[in-house]
Amino acid sequence: MHSSLTISQTDPRPLYLQVKEQIRHRVAIGEWAPGRELPSIRALAAAISVSVITIKRAYLELEREGVIVTRQGKGSFVAEGAELAPGLRTAELDEQLKTALRTARSIGLDADAVAERVRELAKGTES
Amino acid sequence: MTVPALRFRNVAKAYRFFRLEPLDLELEPGQVLGLVGPNGAGKSTTIRLLMGLVQPDAGTVEVFGQSMAREAALAKQSVGYVADDMRLYNNATLAWHMEFMSTLYPRWDARYAAQLVERFNLHPEQHGRQLSRGEQMKALILLVLARHPRLIVLDEPTSGLDPVARHEVLNELMQVLKEEDRSILFSSHNTIDVERICDQIAFIDRGRLVDLRDKESFLERWRRLQLDVADGFAVPKLAGVVDQTVRGRTASVVTQAFDPELPLTYERLGARVHSVQRLSLEEIFVASVMASRAEGTR
Repeated sequence: MHSSLTISQTDPRPLYLQVKEQIRHRVAIGEWAPGRELPSIRALAAAISVSVITIKRAYLELEREGVIVTRQGKGSFVAEGAELAPGLRTAELDEQLKTALRTARSIGLDADAVAERVRELAKGTES
Repeated sequence: MTVPALRFRNVAKAYRFFRLEPLDLELEPGQVLGLVGPNGAGKSTTIRLLMGLVQPDAGTVEVFGQSMAREAALAKQSVGYVADDMRLYNNATLAWHMEFMSTLYPRWDARYAAQLVERFNLHPEQHGRQLSRGEQMKALILLVLARHPRLIVLDEPTSGLDPVARHEVLNELMQVLKEEDRSILFSSHNTIDVERICDQIAFIDRGRLVDLRDKESFLERWRRLQLDVADGFAVPKLAGVVDQTVRGRTASVVTQAFDPELPLTYERLGARVHSVQRLSLEEIFVASVMASRAEGTR
């Protein structure tokens, strides 16, 4: 089940974020249902050849965000209601929009101007 | 309290043209420590000291709490060591080597060894002299892994391996980590491997430990900031900044003490933050070695 996670060397995001995003995505689309047990940290680390500390960090942050719960000695599970957690579906998009906002600010555009640009570009991709 | 897999306390060693400065190093069980440094930095000396192959001028080396100076034979039972200059005997087959190891080590696991032969695409009937560089390395690692040592020490295990062999070796090493009390120390100048599989990272340069910390904090603390500045703006040198260059209206700042407040600080000082970039372990390594050298010559 965990071998479906992949690590990309050309993805500029750090490894822990790549792991985190992929788990979050599987939960968001309902592939990993609430209550489902996640692989242990060490099993996942071995399966995708990524250090234990990296997987640990991804799990810790997912726990903090309410996506998974860890029960001492039992393992980690997808949290009940995780798929409803606010922002779970849009978390990845939000990250990219924040980057876009930073770039916009550096060339003197505010959030309204960015929203306008987005609408313009959306028109372009639809036609 | 868990006993560290390895512990160096104030270990020093001087040769005619090289000196290892007093070194403190510790590795918790269940972790992977990557020793990164340029050629001649002291990585191999450190590993030879750990293995008791050379004796320190000062300080103590312990493996699972056992002194390398007084209990070397005992300590070595729990350690498997492979260096890139080791070779199988030219005139003996891999099968002969496996048989030989099984007589030396009571924990030798013949079934696991057979699995590794498969996974590494090796042939037990091949003689040492018939093996390529990559096959040699895989065979040596097999001979160590099948003993189930609690600490695996590898000096440049992936140097000279083709990408497929490197992948096979790293994957197999990671399988070891499924068990919570097994540890790996490996030296490399391939920072991509180190960045991927290490929990702890030690930078060594010119016989000195430049930095040692867990990988995640390494990567979190370093950033490059691109700033847009007005003509003639003097970028103040903030704490933690190891390098900064200004060219015309853009400035590039590399810091090893990043926190989310830092971009705001620059904005308050009158610069505009164009981008904040993470650094790869390789960039961090080069930057911290350069900074440490600059400090040393000051």
